[in-house]
Amino acid sequence: MPQGDTLAEPTARRRLLDLAGVMTTPLLPDDYLTAVNPLWAFSELRGRIEQIIPRTREAATIVIRPGRRWPGHRAGQHLALGVDVDGVRHWRSYSLTSDPRRPDGCISVTVKAVDGGTVSSHLVYRAAVGDLIRLGPPEGEFVLPRDAGQRPMLFITAGSGITPVMSMLRELESAGALGDVVHVHSERTADQVIFGPELRRLADEQATVVRHERHTHAAPRLAPTDLDELCPDWRERDTYACGPMGLLDAVEAHYAAAGLTERLAIERFEIALIGADPGDGGTATIGDLTFESAAGVPLLVSGEDAGLVLRSGCRMGICHTCVCTLVDGQARDLRTGELIRDPGADVQLCVSAAAGDLTLQAAKA
Amino acid sequence: MSVTPGAHLTKAEVDALGVELDALHDEIRADLGQRDADYIRKVVDAQHKLELGGRLTGLFSILPPMWLASVTMLSSAKIIADMEIGHNVMHGQWDWMRDPSLHSSTFEWDTVSTSAHWKHTHNYLHHTYTNVIGKDRDLGYTVMRVSGDQPWKPVYLAQPLYNALIAATFEYSIALYDLEFEELVAGNLSVREYTGRMVTMWQKILKQGAKDYVVWPLLSGISAPTTIAANISANVIRNVWAHTIIFCGHFPDGGGTFTEDDIAGETRGEWYLRQMEGSCNISGGELLHLMSGNLSYQIEHHIFPDLPSNRYKEIAPRVQEICERYGIEYSTGPLWKQYGQTVKRIVRFAFPGGAKSEQREVDPERTSQRNPRVQEAADAQDRRKARGVRAAGARQAPVKVAAARDTSRSTTVSAPASR
Repeated sequence: MPQGDTLAEPTARRRLLDLAGVMTTPLLPDDYLTAVNPLWAFSELRGRIEQIIPRTREAATIVIRPGRRWPGHRAGQHLALGVDVDGVRHWRSYSLTSDPRRPDGCISVTVKAVDGGTVSSHLVYRAAVGDLIRLGPPEGEFVLPRDAGQRPMLFITAGSGITPVMSMLRELESAGALGDVVHVHSERTADQVIFGPELRRLADEQATVVRHERHTHAAPRLAPTDLDELCPDWRERDTYACGPMGLLDAVEAHYAAAGLTERLAIERFEIALIGADPGDGGTATIGDLTFESAAGVPLLVSGEDAGLVLRSGCRMGICHTCVCTLVDGQARDLRTGELIRDPGADVQLCVSAAAGDLTLQAAKA
Repeated sequence: MSVTPGAHLTKAEVDALGVELDALHDEIRADLGQRDADYIRKVVDAQHKLELGGRLTGLFSILPPMWLASVTMLSSAKIIADMEIGHNVMHGQWDWMRDPSLHSSTFEWDTVSTSAHWKHTHNYLHHTYTNVIGKDRDLGYTVMRVSGDQPWKPVYLAQPLYNALIAATFEYSIALYDLEFEELVAGNLSVREYTGRMVTMWQKILKQGAKDYVVWPLLSGISAPTTIAANISANVIRNVWAHTIIFCGHFPDGGGTFTEDDIAGETRGEWYLRQMEGSCNISGGELLHLMSGNLSYQIEHHIFPDLPSNRYKEIAPRVQEICERYGIEYSTGPLWKQYGQTVKRIVRFAFPGGAKSEQREVDPERTSQRNPRVQEAADAQDRRKARGVRAAGARQAPVKVAAARDTSRSTTVSAPASR
């Protein structure tokens, strides 16, 4: 679970809480504060659903009022949501779609229900206003530079890849910094474009914003070679891309071939996990907890399935919240297929599987 | 009064019992969901509010009605916190929710014994070796004689007296008991390990004491002396109540005891049998069940220690039906009766003598002709369970390992770990 300990607590408040803790031990002051108001928590970040806005048939925007410890985010960042579904807490990462300067202080994520997705279908179809959820801290390097808007920009998005970019566009608009912007977006049909009306309005109102919408039910998929036609000056633009893996890989290769890697920022929602060696799998031990982990299944998933509460964040190998140290045995990095076998090496539970029995040590919180 | 568990049953019948109870357990586990989560959150919320109420009224405890209100709310809060919440959370009953505030690996409870020590002596030793003389330390708590199989010593003459003392100071008794002094004497525990346990115990005692007897009294100003009195009262009430309920779990007449020979090579079915024959329920209303942390369903708790406590009353009729079908005693009775029998037992065994182990006629297949291959498989399964590992492909279930602090000893035993 992403805990708030990555957030610095002002010393004075920390001391006050420690003092209050003497009165409430073994419980925390939080346990009593949250009995009065569920958002009055210091030891974890909490939020309450304020509004649910249907976007398309299978997508909805969840507006959340964060508790007092929410530190604010930068446009383009994501956070983990801890959502209780049928009594069981699940953590999933979502891009923040809200303008960081939103006057009411609320944040929002836009979720597309995935087939068989426990959390996404819960949020889109069953969550209700007033529901309490846990929040991880804002994370991610896919953000606008401080001087955004000074240079021409290109956004390449597809499907739900629009979500972090929506936050960027909203911030640029509210800050009056929407300069020379080209946005290329791909979706199956016009109806399925998340934020479709808002994006179209933006392009209509702002003379400097140029939009291209590609509807793939009738046209071929977006390819980086299309840029020459859609945005001939793409080489001169700071580029932000977010979408499915195939598109991002192609864009990345295209920019690398043009020697423009440093102009491109990419946000990936999914990672390519390779199939594990059939001989993999084994018993994993973390501290004094033991569980079976099958071949090709991330240690984080098998640990959670075994009922353990493990620290986690992005669940895709980028945030290192779940990292443990290898003590004994070996793990396989599911992204590269490489074996991790040096004692003392880092093992990211969300993208590593057991390759035989292994012992891990949790990183110090 | 010690007997071989289920002596009247054949091996096939015992195996069938094991399969039937495993199925019942898995059925309930698969059904856990929102309503169980709602239940425990409601209890936790009520407990927090009761405690807050008890603390706040305590600030004005110089006024007798406030004092009484404070003691009532605080003792109820402490009872619920330790029994329906603490004991059950530490069993891993709510691990499946993946909420750190209700998870056995992170929970700490409102008594002076630490959760780590408790999980070892209670979850592992007591729940694995329930009522086995020489193995289950809860059988007399190492200071009392509750079975004819325990050799008599003159000190036991005083046990009715010191039992009352243990009741009043139960949380301290448990903290001391969890140190396992006799293991230090026997040389199974290093001085270093023992000292370490002592230090953690004292840290907890000081924290608890500072809260109840220093900080809150100081905040009470003029009410300080009465707040101290109220907090002592609340702790003693909780102690006596917890002692009463816990002693009624295994010491009434229905609580059979067993010898180490009885459990040699025990199968899953036999383990269930011993749990059922060694445990006693208390009948009563909703409030009794809540305030006893549902230990009034001790039989259900002992066969399924990791099922959420709110489910025990739901499965009780089915467990009772199974007991009837297999001819196993389902011992239950009102609190006064069960406690009366407990006191009688403590008084009886204070004196020498008393019924001894009687080996009953057992289906020969169950003792001498165990199928070696079946036994081997069962042992392997036990070892896996002792390590907290479930068979691959098992449905999502909380896996708790018995506290691994004491691996030197836990690896030498091959009894099924409590599930």
